[in-house]
Amino acid sequence: MEIIVNGEARAATPMSMLELLRSLDIDPRRVAIELNHDILPKGEYESTILNDGDRIEIVHFVGGG
Amino acid sequence: MSTTNDKLIIAGREFSSRLMVGTGKYASNEQMVAALEASGAEIITVAVRRVNITDRSKESLLDFIDTKKYTLLPNTAGCYTADDAVRTCRLAREAGMSDMVKLEVLGNEKTLYPDNEELLKAAKILVKDGFTVLPYTSDDPIVCKKLEDIGCAAVMPLGAPIGSGLGIRNPYTIRIIMETVKVPVIVDAGVGTASDAAIAMELGVDGVLMNTGIAGAQNPIAMAEAMNLAVRAGRLAYRAGRIPKKLYATASSPIEGMIE
Repeated sequence: MEIIVNGEARAATPMSMLELLRSLDIDPRRVAIELNHDILPKGEYESTILNDGDRIEIVHFVGGG
Repeated sequence: MSTTNDKLIIAGREFSSRLMVGTGKYASNEQMVAALEASGAEIITVAVRRVNITDRSKESLLDFIDTKKYTLLPNTAGCYTADDAVRTCRLAREAGMSDMVKLEVLGNEKTLYPDNEELLKAAKILVKDGFTVLPYTSDDPIVCKKLEDIGCAAVMPLGAPIGSGLGIRNPYTIRIIMETVKVPVIVDAGVGTASDAAIAMELGVDGVLMNTGIAGAQNPIAMAEAMNLAVRAGRLAYRAGRIPKKLYATASSPIEGMIE
């Protein structure tokens, strides 16, 4: 299956959001995630299984004014 | 009279410093941390951006910022529609666990002037959604009143375009805004040097927000301290009450007792 992470298509096997974050070496505490345009609460990363075609935005805080 | 018992209150939260600073454009995270410290600011703005998933070597901003010491104010910089701004605020709330946001919806890239139609639309949605909304807006009393009526916790009119360093170009509209709204008025954008910040504060505004004025200075840490002093000096001068301006001189020394 294929998912879109931050605008980039990626091949993926069925896994949870938490597993995806781990595979990307991302600390779940430091990010916020939108799954198909809706906020995915932090408590649901482990129970949320990714599906083919999912669009995922993973964001964090950077310097800004 | 001092600045210690003179708190800035935004949506029921008290702050001792009336200077808010951004975290962008610094040469390094270490320089940013030193500048934040020198500024005395308690509220600092941050931007919300995609994590770089291909290069994870970059350090995270939050590795450098003590979130117990600073209140993070996520912004919606770079958003040109109400929809994008609202999405960004929701992500920011999820990332930061706080509902206070600096809302900006831009009109075009050249001026970075706000698109007030989209700004008002986004503000309505966010206030309904429980956010504490601090909107960056043009220095327009009518728009500021509408933002207050919607339920924004403050209004943040620009002094001059973002990053321009042109100073407070229209102190009269800022004064009219202060007379028009009851929520705090924070001058956001345009400050180029310490006197600009002092001028804003002497008008009686509740605070000043800046980023480039500090981060873009040749010595950002020294400029952060200068801004810290200027905001406090301007505030004290406003509260002290300046003398009226007159065309002709008034002697400071007594006229009686002159030698003959």
